[in-house]
Amino acid sequence: MTSGLWELVLKGTWTTIQLLVLSALLAAAVSFAVGIARTHRLWVVRFLAGLYTEVFRGTSALVMIFWVFFVLPPAFGWQLVPLWAGTLALGLTYGAYGTEIVRGALAAVDPAQQEGGVALGFTPGQRLRKILLPQAVPEMVPPFSNLLVELLKGTALVSVMGMGDLAFSGNLVRLALQESAHIYTYVLLVYFVIAFLLTRLMRGLEHHLKAGVR
Amino acid sequence: MNWDWSAVGDFLPYFWKGLLVTLQVLALGSLISFSLGLVWALLCRVPTRWVQWPVGVVTEFVRNTPLLVQLFFLFYVLPEWGLAFSAPATGVVAIGLHYSTYTMQVYRAGIEAVPAGQWEAATALNLPRGRTWRAVILPQALRRVVPALGNYVLSMLKDTPLLMAITVLEMLGQARLFSQERFQFTEPLTVIGVAFVVVSYLASLLLRTLERRLVR
Repeated sequence: MTSGLWELVLKGTWTTIQLLVLSALLAAAVSFAVGIARTHRLWVVRFLAGLYTEVFRGTSALVMIFWVFFVLPPAFGWQLVPLWAGTLALGLTYGAYGTEIVRGALAAVDPAQQEGGVALGFTPGQRLRKILLPQAVPEMVPPFSNLLVELLKGTALVSVMGMGDLAFSGNLVRLALQESAHIYTYVLLVYFVIAFLLTRLMRGLEHHLKAGVR
Repeated sequence: MNWDWSAVGDFLPYFWKGLLVTLQVLALGSLISFSLGLVWALLCRVPTRWVQWPVGVVTEFVRNTPLLVQLFFLFYVLPEWGLAFSAPATGVVAIGLHYSTYTMQVYRAGIEAVPAGQWEAATALNLPRGRTWRAVILPQALRRVVPALGNYVLSMLKDTPLLMAITVLEMLGQARLFSQERFQFTEPLTVIGVAFVVVSYLASLLLRTLERRLVR
């Protein structure tokens, strides 16, 4: 492989990382907002949040990406930059999986903690911020770590839309060299290394957060 | 936004064809992943590290890399090595292999959840090893893992559109072909999006009844 092709792979890796970080941020925001909404007092809010989760978990991420790329522009007149379109599709889909993690962790906090908050005259917002979340967040880290690896693997989907991520650059190199075994092995290895680093990072975060609680 | 019902009507014949392919891939992929996952899980219990290590490394690698790139790998590299499969066959093998690394963990957890007393009772009754596995451990372990396996069937369903990237004409492939010919993207893409929600909902109902009959 020539240095130009390596540069291509490096650029693809950078795009993948950018996409991963942006869509992870969106997914985190969505999962907390919708996950907390699923524990709301009003049934309308709970219903809407549940509907969101079911719809976005029910469709395939790749179909969602197609939808954002092809249906949004003519239907609403939004033509998004590929990076943002990818971020939107991935963030919304994987965020829907995240809402279940947040809801589960909130439900797993001992009800007596809630009641203690009520007895002490905390407002609902204070109960959430000062009692529920500090206990629930450390429990969310391991499932979120799995979801993050899933999201990393999901970023490869945008290459189908012609976005120059790692998988796409792999395809370009294959076309340039007419030889596929090497380049795809490298691409798989790069994904594996990123996934490995992510799980290590999340394990460190878990340690850090658990140390704060106990 | 204008919605054209006649485009939906024109798309329907292609849609049924695509749905059939999707369901076939799903059925075969599940079959492969369920059986191969069990093989991985059992190999991980072979008490030498010469087996445990390679199996662990391979499955960990397959689990942590994207299915899409694995599809490309199998589709473009195997022919270079003189092994040419059709596109759907490659897709089924790739999906089955990828998901077998997930189901392996499910089986492992199920086997570990069988109480130690069952093992001891099998030893006390002098059952041979094979018989212990077949008649005591696996029936209890498999019954426990049905719900978790069902979840993987659902996520496998949502990964079948990836096969479009290696030219398999499943639902998304048909929708893309149709929309490129007619230049109508909204209708086919929305139809298959709704179809995914409906199929996965029906499948989840089916799995829940299956679960209720197996897990008591």
